[in-house]
Amino acid sequence: MEIILALGIGVLAGSGVWLLLRPRTFQVIIGLTLLSYAVNLFIFAMGRLRTGTPAILAADRSSDPAHYADPLPQALILTAIVISFATTALFLVVLLAARGLTGTDHVDGAERES
Amino acid sequence: MANATLLISLTALPFAGSVIAAFLPANARNVEAWLSGLVALSALILTTACYWSVTDGGVVHYEAQWLPTLGLNFILRLDGLAWLFAMLITGIGFLVVLYARYYMSPEDPVPRFFSFLLAFMGAMLGVVLAGNLIELVFFWELTGLFSFLLIGYWHHNANARDGARMALTVTAAGGLCLLTGVLILGHIVGSYDLDVVLAAGDLIRSHSLYLPALILILLGALTKSAQFPFHFWLPQAMVAPTPVSAYLHSATLVKAGVFLLARLWPAMAGNDVWFWSVGMTGLVTFVLGAYLASFQQDLKGLLAYSTISHLGLITLLLGLNTPLAAVAGIFHIINHATFKASLFMAAGIIDHETGTRDIRRLGGLYRFIPVTATLAMVAAAAMAGVPLLNGFLSKEMLFAETIAAHGGAVDQALPFVATLAGMFSVAYSLRFIHETFFGPRAVTLPRRPHEPPRWMRFPVELLVVTCLVVGIIPGLTVGPFLETAARAVLGSALPQYNLALWHGFTLPLLMSVAALTGGALIYRLLREYLLSGVEGPPLWRHIKSQRIFERVLITISWRWARSLQNHLGTRRLQVQLRLLVGTAFIAALWPLYQHGLAVGRIASSALDPAFALVWVAGIACAVGAAYLAKYHRLAALILVGGAGLVTSVTFVWLSAPDLALTQLLVEIVTTILILLGLRWLPKRVEDIGSRARATTVRSRRLGDLALAIVAGGGLSVLAYAVMTRPAPQSISRFFLEHAYTEGGGTNVVNVILVDFRGFDTLGEITVLGIVALAVYALLRRFRPASDSIDIPEQQRLQNARDAAIPLRPIGATVTDYLAIPAVIMQFTVPFISLLAVFLLIRGHDLPGGGFVAGITMTVALLLLYMAGGIRWVETRLRVRPVRWIAIGLLLAAGTGVGAWLFSYPFLTSYAAYAELPVIGRAPLASALLFDLGVFVLVVGAMALILLALAHQSIRSHRTPGAKTAKALVTNEEK
Repeated sequence: MEIILALGIGVLAGSGVWLLLRPRTFQVIIGLTLLSYAVNLFIFAMGRLRTGTPAILAADRSSDPAHYADPLPQALILTAIVISFATTALFLVVLLAARGLTGTDHVDGAERES
Repeated sequence: MANATLLISLTALPFAGSVIAAFLPANARNVEAWLSGLVALSALILTTACYWSVTDGGVVHYEAQWLPTLGLNFILRLDGLAWLFAMLITGIGFLVVLYARYYMSPEDPVPRFFSFLLAFMGAMLGVVLAGNLIELVFFWELTGLFSFLLIGYWHHNANARDGARMALTVTAAGGLCLLTGVLILGHIVGSYDLDVVLAAGDLIRSHSLYLPALILILLGALTKSAQFPFHFWLPQAMVAPTPVSAYLHSATLVKAGVFLLARLWPAMAGNDVWFWSVGMTGLVTFVLGAYLASFQQDLKGLLAYSTISHLGLITLLLGLNTPLAAVAGIFHIINHATFKASLFMAAGIIDHETGTRDIRRLGGLYRFIPVTATLAMVAAAAMAGVPLLNGFLSKEMLFAETIAAHGGAVDQALPFVATLAGMFSVAYSLRFIHETFFGPRAVTLPRRPHEPPRWMRFPVELLVVTCLVVGIIPGLTVGPFLETAARAVLGSALPQYNLALWHGFTLPLLMSVAALTGGALIYRLLREYLLSGVEGPPLWRHIKSQRIFERVLITISWRWARSLQNHLGTRRLQVQLRLLVGTAFIAALWPLYQHGLAVGRIASSALDPAFALVWVAGIACAVGAAYLAKYHRLAALILVGGAGLVTSVTFVWLSAPDLALTQLLVEIVTTILILLGLRWLPKRVEDIGSRARATTVRSRRLGDLALAIVAGGGLSVLAYAVMTRPAPQSISRFFLEHAYTEGGGTNVVNVILVDFRGFDTLGEITVLGIVALAVYALLRRFRPASDSIDIPEQQRLQNARDAAIPLRPIGATVTDYLAIPAVIMQFTVPFISLLAVFLLIRGHDLPGGGFVAGITMTVALLLLYMAGGIRWVETRLRVRPVRWIAIGLLLAAGTGVGAWLFSYPFLTSYAAYAELPVIGRAPLASALLFDLGVFVLVVGAMALILLALAHQSIRSHRTPGAKTAKALVTNEEK
């Protein structure tokens, strides 16, 4: 499991970084989305992988914290997901407005001359 | 204790007055003056009331906890010295307010003036009352800020702006040095408490960091007091309204510097370093200021340089290292404040009455304004050091001190240099009197002068009478107060001295006589040169400090900054991002290079083929999206959705149901969001261009690919290395153990969000609300690119088809297409809404919560919009997302505040269960109310963002006119 998730995180991050370095704003926005998946999963992995043990206390299960998945990274990621939606929206609108003003969707607001 | 209350009111009163003054109507000149006058007068009375507590070295204390963990407390401390300054600040402040009432013209926006003046007064009181060094620096900077606003009061005048900016640059830079110096001082002593610092003089002087601390603190004090070579800002600050000059440059702002010197005198003075740095700076400024003042052609300019000179005198006295000189310094602080304030006010009256301050144009004014002229003459005589006036006394004390032995060659020269400076003081004072009030009658005056209103002259009269009374019977009037202030500085070292007009025929008296006759002689000799109308002394006038200052500023802040930017910076985002990613990679690699990286020893959990398959799809989606994002946006978007789905599945697989739910729902709204944006992006065709270009593009891409692979691979390795190690002890255990007992919920993730870390969540949703409003604001002025304005091709074709068929309304094709889905969509909306409520309520115990519920509700709303179209929905439903954001935020914050009612800290939650009909047992923690706030805000924010974007499609956009486009282009070029 660990190796697969690690690979997945790597590919998501790699694709994200590649797109981040592209010249078109749409590529960057997609890249940021992919990168945020990778980062969220990475933070999630810091709590180690557990199956079938959600951090929901139940009377019939042992009260020993070792029997539950780590709730802390989950709480961090939950808000991160919502905030990343907000930043994506802001970025999208900024890039649309920039395109309206400059007439191009190049990230520098101008096509490269060379 | 009663006195402590007095101290707090004394500090708070001016600020409170300032706030009230700021909100009065623009023409309320009288109300403003009454308010400010009352505030100043009350502060004066409060200060007076404290007097009996500070005699004989008494100190009034008020202490409140501020940052106890750092050993910092908010301390107000009133001793004799602080009391004396507080009297000057409030007393002269009151007179200035009275004067300003008549000086300011009805057209001036007075609320701003009085508000700043009172705030400045409060800041000055803060400086003198601060019982903690950090606090002192804080108020110190506040005085700089408000003096900036006061000097630049007539901000429509470019000179006023420049003068204000220069004052701020110089004094604020000094203030930063002071802060650093004070931090070093605090480090030496181990405390910032003024009492402790003042008692640790020996420790400070013998410490190896004494010199740097001294230099930095002196930079602060000397810039504030306009000492050479930082004197140039003060004459430039004369563009301020005259009441401001009278206040700032007599009793307050510039005195803050010498106050600091006097304040730290017991802690830092007493050795050669102090003598050479402080004493010599003072001496040079004393002489230079007096010399330059003699050559000014502007009344206020003359007074400005004379202020510099007198501050130099005070600095010199404080630098001489003898207790008697320190007493003389403090004495001269009082005397200078009284005669200089009255002289500034007199100059203001002359300016006000004649319309000019130019000495070359003035003359013979005695005939028109005899009373003011007499007052000004007495004050100027005090400035010159004429017997029977207060200036004479402190100047004689100075002469006496310069004679006393200090050792070294300077010692022999000191009396002569001081007498020389005294001569110039006499010369410029004479000039001030003679060329303004006597001599040929001015013919080119803009106005025929009259005596000013009764109450405008009153402050001058009062101050001049003070000069006289103090000058004649010093022992009976100022004596006790001076002793109180001096005792606060010197303590047991207070020397014997005798304040009296007549000490017999002594050497200082001879020096005074020499200064008076020499001054008259110098004035006689200089007349010829001065009448030629040149401003400034020969040779020196070509050195314009202001010009040098500006040149330096331009070099640093413009030329160097520009060339640095050109050499090191780039405006191209790609280069910046490449650097960013590269730096991050190296930063992560560095510790691994040093300590090595081994894979952990925990055996991986068994590989689940289904999970592997899921991730094969995920990886394919990610790579596909990266590959297609340039030319096939829709496909890339769908693939990103796939990657998001895989992420969501991973969460649910690995025991994170809350995350999976949120991720899934956010995925939906994100896709809709970007779909709405796609319409405004340009059509992209494959075109690489020339062959040479293709090579550079290819090499750049190869580089980027390498970077991407390295970064992704690095993250993979790191993640794997971490996952194969045992988890360390973390605070998660605490959350798991206390979620139910203290948070009242079994869903630990939700309890963390709304209870343990509720404050973070509050911040989080605030950010969400702000972003939504920002998006909304950006879209209100949205102008799409010209090629995106026309309706899209598909829609055009559909419309053409609809138009071709008779009786068919435009847009019918879409309606037909969606006829059945629309019904289903509308049908599901209530159920999805119900699901949202369900998720919200159960969130505390089971997967769900405000965030998920909010997004679910947004999805329901979006379905409604998709089914019926914007117009259809908005004619039937009031959609007010901005209001929802407000309600949500208020609800969440209100729940937090509610805890205060039960005297618990902010956001403490209360949990219980309630038996509800139909629903059954439901958790009813107060956190649910908080979660409801989150829910409402999330719905509002997401709806606002998506709807604002969707509305662009039905807005009619005008093609940006050629004119505006051209303007934009020229702006760009600039």
